[in-house]
Amino acid sequence: MKKSQLFFLLILASVLVFLPQISSEYVLDWLTKTMIFAIFALSLELLVGQTGLVCFGQSAFFGIGAYTAVLFSAKVDHTYLGYLLPLAIFAAALYALIVGALSLRTKGVYFIMVTLAFAQMAYYVIHDTPLGGGTDGIYLYHKPIIFRDLVLEGSIFIYFFTTICLFLVLGFLGLLSSSRFGRALIGIKINELRMRAMGFETYWYKLVAFVISGAIAGIAGFLFAMKDGFVNPEILSWHLSGAVLMMIILGGLGHLRGAVIGAFTYALLEELFRSEIIFGSFSKNWHLGLGLTLILSVALLPKGLFGIRDQLQKSLPLYLANFKKLPKTKL
Amino acid sequence: MNQILLRGKNLSRQWGGLLAVNQVNIEIFLGKIHAVIGTNGAGKSTLINLLAGEVPLSGGSVELLEQDVSLWSEPRRARLGLGKSFQKNTIFPDLSVFENCRLAAQARHQRPWKFWETINSCTYSRTQAQKVLLKTGLHVLSEKKAGLLSHGQKRQLEVAMCLATNPKVLLLDEPLAGMGAEETNRMLNFLNELRPEHGILLVEHDMDAVFQVADMITVMVNGAVIACGTPPEIKNNKDVQIAYLGVAS
Repeated sequence: MKKSQLFFLLILASVLVFLPQISSEYVLDWLTKTMIFAIFALSLELLVGQTGLVCFGQSAFFGIGAYTAVLFSAKVDHTYLGYLLPLAIFAAALYALIVGALSLRTKGVYFIMVTLAFAQMAYYVIHDTPLGGGTDGIYLYHKPIIFRDLVLEGSIFIYFFTTICLFLVLGFLGLLSSSRFGRALIGIKINELRMRAMGFETYWYKLVAFVISGAIAGIAGFLFAMKDGFVNPEILSWHLSGAVLMMIILGGLGHLRGAVIGAFTYALLEELFRSEIIFGSFSKNWHLGLGLTLILSVALLPKGLFGIRDQLQKSLPLYLANFKKLPKTKL
Repeated sequence: MNQILLRGKNLSRQWGGLLAVNQVNIEIFLGKIHAVIGTNGAGKSTLINLLAGEVPLSGGSVELLEQDVSLWSEPRRARLGLGKSFQKNTIFPDLSVFENCRLAAQARHQRPWKFWETINSCTYSRTQAQKVLLKTGLHVLSEKKAGLLSHGQKRQLEVAMCLATNPKVLLLDEPLAGMGAEETNRMLNFLNELRPEHGILLVEHDMDAVFQVADMITVMVNGAVIACGTPPEIKNNKDVQIAYLGVAS
C-alpha cells in the first residue's frame, strides 16, 4: 500500500470515528447515507474506473440487495444478519451474473443500453406490484440480530456498522486492484484486443468483475434498507444509476479514493443546493444547481477531484512561466 | 529443424460477397522465417487474424503444435504458444515498459482467483518480463512510460510483449512499419536472433528487409496465393513480377 493511500485511510477513519461525538442526529444520518452511497460508488468504480465498462443499470443490484433484505426478514421476529446479509449479496450477485452474461456480449453504447434495459426490467417487477409493496414500498418490521441480543438498530450502531463495511469494501477492492486480476482488468480497460491476443479470456474476467460489482452494490442496498427500515421502488430507478455514475466521475475515474471523495462531494453539493438559508426559494430547483456544478466540474476537472493535484502540477508551472514572460508596465 | 509448428490448410474467409482469403495453405517451421507479401488488400492481415483466431474461419483448418485449433478461441491459441504483434501499436501507453511486458508475461501465469496476492509477488511474470526486456535491449527504458517511447521503440516493445507470452510461433504484422534504416536493421538482427527457438510468420511491405531475412516467401494477390518459394525463386517468378510491376521483366 502506498503512503498516500494509507494517509487517506487514516484520515478517513479518524474523521468517521470522531464525527459521531459532535454530530447531531441529522448529520449522523446524512453521514451513514453518504457512506452507503460511497460503497455503492465503489461498486461502480470497479466496473467503470477499473474495467472500462460503463454500466447504467447499477441501481438494479442496489435495489435487489435492499428488497431482498426486507422481503426475507421475518415479520414477527428478528432474522439473523448472518443469514440476511449473505442472502442480499447473493441475490444481487445472481442478477449481476444474468445481466453480465448477456450484456457483456455487447460493447460501447449497446452495453450501456442493455444494462439500462435490465435495470428497468427489475424496476418494473418491483414498481407498483404486490411484490414491491406497490408504489409506496415496504417496511422492515424487525432489524436483524447480529449475535444473541445484539440487534442492528440505533443510528450510532448502524453508523459504525456502515463504517466497518466501507473500510472492508475499500480494503477488498484495494487488494483486488493490486492483484493479478486487477492488473488484467486495467489491461482490458486500455486495450481488450491486445489482452485477448496475449491469452486472456477477457469475457470471463469482465463477468467476474461484473458479479463482484453487483455483490458490493447489494451490500450497499442492504445497508440502505437497514438504515431507513424502509424500501421503495425508486431505489431501482435509472436516476440512481445516473447519480452514482456522476459520483465516480466527480471524484475521478480509476481511483478507489476518487469514488469515496465523489460520493461525499455529491452529497455535500446536494445539501448545499437544497439549503433554503443559502439559496432561498431557488433551493426547490436544487437539481439545476447541482447539474450546472457537475457540468462545470467535468469541463474544468476532466480527471475529477482526485486529479486536481496532477492537474495543478502540470498547469501551474506553465502558467507561472507565462506570467513571468508578460511585459512589465510602469505605473 | 523441419518441425512444423503452425499449419494452415485451405484457409478461407468470406465477408458477404468478398473473398478476403481464398484457399490459402501455409506452413511455419521451427527456425524459419516465412514472409507473406502482397499489395494492399491482398489479405495478408486477414490471414494472420485467421491463424491467430481473431477472425473465425469460413473454411479450412489451423494446426498449432500438432493440435487442431480451428475452433479454439484466440486467447486459448495464444496460451498454447501463438504470439501475435499488431500492425498498429497496441501497447498500454499509461503503464511503464516493464509493466507492459509483465502484463504480457502474466498471460501464461494468470491465477486470477489469488486476489490477496499482489502482482509483485508473481515471480514468474517479473522474471520473464526482465528477461525479455534484456533480450530486446529495452531494459534501459524499463521504468519509462510506454506512451513516451519513440515510434521505433514502441514497435520494439510490441514484439517484446509478444515474446513475454513465451510463444513458439510469432505472427508479426508489419513490425518494421514506420521505422528508420538503423531501427530496421536492429529489428532484422533481432528477428534473426529469435529464429533458433521460434517459427516466425512475417507480414511486411519492406521488400529489401523481407528478402534479407526470409527463408520462404508467400505472395498473395486478391486473397489467393500466387507463388510460394525461396527468395531467389520468388524474385524470378513471372506471376510475381506481373503482380508487382504489371509486366514480366
